Amino acid sequence: MTDSPITRVARATPPGMARQVRGLSDRAIAWIFVAPTIFLLLAVNIFPLIWTIRLSFTNFKANRNRPVEWIGTRNYERILTDSDIWLSMQATAHFLFWTIFFQVLIGFTLAWLINRKFKGNDLWTTIIVLPMMLSPAVVGNFWTFLYQPQIGLFNYVISFFTGVDPSSFQMIGDVNLAPWAIVIVDTWMWTPFVMLICLAGLRSIPEYIYEAAEIDRASKWRQFWTITVPMVLPFLMLAVLFRGIENFKMFDLVVQLTGGGPGSVTEVTSINLKREAFEKWRTGYASAYAIILFVTVFGLASIYVKALNKVKER
Amino acid sequence: MTRPGLLAATILSAAGLAASTAAAEDLTLCWAAWDPANALVELSKDFEAQSGHTMNFEFVPWPNFADRMLNELNSGGKLCDLLIGDSQWIGGGAENGHYVKLNEFFETEGISMDDFAPATVYAYSTWPKGEPNYYALPAMGDANGWFYRKDWFEDPDIQAAFKDATGRDLGVPETQMELMEIAQFFQGREIDGQTRYGVSIFTERGSEGITMGATGALYAWGFKYENEPGSYDMEGAVNSADAVEALEFYKELYETATPPGYTDSYMEQSLDAFKSGQVAMAMNWFAFFPGLYADPDVGGDKIGFFVNPPQKVAASTLGGQGISVVSYSDKQDAALEYIKWFAQPEVQQKWWDLGGYSCHVDVLNAPGFKDSAPFAPDFLQAMDAVQDFWQEPAYAELLLAMQKRLHDYIVADQGTAQEALDMLIEDWTEVFEDEGKI
Repeated sequence: MTDSPITRVARATPPGMARQVRGLSDRAIAWIFVAPTIFLLLAVNIFPLIWTIRLSFTNFKANRNRPVEWIGTRNYERILTDSDIWLSMQATAHFLFWTIFFQVLIGFTLAWLINRKFKGNDLWTTIIVLPMMLSPAVVGNFWTFLYQPQIGLFNYVISFFTGVDPSSFQMIGDVNLAPWAIVIVDTWMWTPFVMLICLAGLRSIPEYIYEAAEIDRASKWRQFWTITVPMVLPFLMLAVLFRGIENFKMFDLVVQLTGGGPGSVTEVTSINLKREAFEKWRTGYASAYAIILFVTVFGLASIYVKALNKVKER
Repeated sequence: MTRPGLLAATILSAAGLAASTAAAEDLTLCWAAWDPANALVELSKDFEAQSGHTMNFEFVPWPNFADRMLNELNSGGKLCDLLIGDSQWIGGGAENGHYVKLNEFFETEGISMDDFAPATVYAYSTWPKGEPNYYALPAMGDANGWFYRKDWFEDPDIQAAFKDATGRDLGVPETQMELMEIAQFFQGREIDGQTRYGVSIFTERGSEGITMGATGALYAWGFKYENEPGSYDMEGAVNSADAVEALEFYKELYETATPPGYTDSYMEQSLDAFKSGQVAMAMNWFAFFPGLYADPDVGGDKIGFFVNPPQKVAASTLGGQGISVVSYSDKQDAALEYIKWFAQPEVQQKWWDLGGYSCHVDVLNAPGFKDSAPFAPDFLQAMDAVQDFWQEPAYAELLLAMQKRLHDYIVADQGTAQEALDMLIEDWTEVFEDEGKI
């Protein structure tokens, strides 16, 4: 009879060490295994967070050799009463709402279509998910050329369908169009992600439920609203959560496309925060700003996860 | 030579070689990646040959130059032994201890600041401003200037059309308003079967572009940062009626005379617009003029240059940099050797010949200087009336505030010029209060 791997390891363990381990409780052994991870978590996540909270109550500037002063909640007061910060929050909210809206709408529709069995189904799925595989920096540069008013393909396509002069409008240079320009690009890039999650949801619905509905003579419309939508909803909500968190901290794509401009109309909070922290070097102020954003995302995400759990329980 | 003499010479030369080899260092010079940097690489080969040191170069593209280098300095990095840093960094470089103070070195080596153009010494070397505390040697004189399509300006048909449209002769603009008139004339005009545009100006949002462009107009209208230098009293200076008029002018120039889509353009985009034949005129730093003049498509006889036109006063936006020794470098002696070598008049002359802009008076006042390049007279004229942005240690905060207010007004069309300048004073006041200056 051959030894099991565990027996072999036990036999290879020196008697001294085996005695030591034998003397430890299960809880102690568990702690030994978990300790490195906990230490890493404390060092990489918790300590910087606490340090940031501490800095947020000071006037510290990382580029200056001057004594750091404790200024209480002044940074927080300044941020919350700064109209420019609120405009930045509005730009983020606009971006967040419309990207999620379009991605869910188009992503679900595509998933529903792809879920139908048809010839070339796999090929179309591959083509659709391609944008998601590109680097945001590449996508940003690529779309900057597409949006170029004199040579950009996007303007010529719009011109072809509407008859408007292609150089008469600037997608990334116009205050009214720029917020939509970044929504379009993010939607183009990340709709496939939502589609894949929805597709997983659609494919998880057992066929017999539809067969039972057919026997009960439920219409296709009724089947869609009473079977498909409720059963895909938890998946959809998960996709919304992922995209929400991701877009709240959107940086690279917007920097490449508009740099936050024209003016400040597309200056989402992450760009604004980066400018405060690493261009103006207002470290204390930027720390307070980061804490406010963290609390906002954490709070909203917690509420959302509770709602998601309730939907799952239904 | 006698045998003992030969022996002595051999020993001496061997000792000299050994000393030079022992002291040989690998120096790194940091600067922006642009045309003059290539000229400096060429020039520095002489230094390598003479000193035995090896020169390495770290050139960063302009949009990332400030971020990259200021991070390096703020973190006490040892990447750069020598840094050709922007003029606005001098305050932070001095107060934060990034740059070595050079007074004693200049005195010991007999380097006189009187040998360099006063405007460049003031702008690139001194902190506090105008005080005889030197943290850099003027290395690259520069200002914002203009260039135009001389062949179009000399075309009889275009000249006639301009005369019909404006009632005056087409020529190099002598005021800012004339510049706008010419730019608007060319806007959308068909020349050689292609649609052309008036002018390419700086509108970039991310780093310093729109501020460097718009201050060209502001200074020409007599803009001042303070009512009294050093008082930080900005009300009535920054937002004066003339400043408002200048800003409105720049906005109108942007809206009525630039190519479509030039909402975020700086040096590269300005050069591209001109080289691709899109615009009749463009603004850019003198540093690019040698390259433009040599361009096979739009250079030579096709290009002309002019200094920033005055409106109420003659003034140009200052560019350019001084060369400093980084205080965190372990090779400061060798770095100082480079500065000593670079300060020599013959090296400065070669620097100009290769395409760098020397600030040395022997070069600038040489009889043949004005004829040495088509843009040389304009360079001298510009450097006589240059004005620079704040050079305070908090310059980055001051600059980003101005970038935002100007871009919001000029490109994003939000609010009025008066509101933009009023808000700019509020922003700057907050910065100076934080700094404890007011």
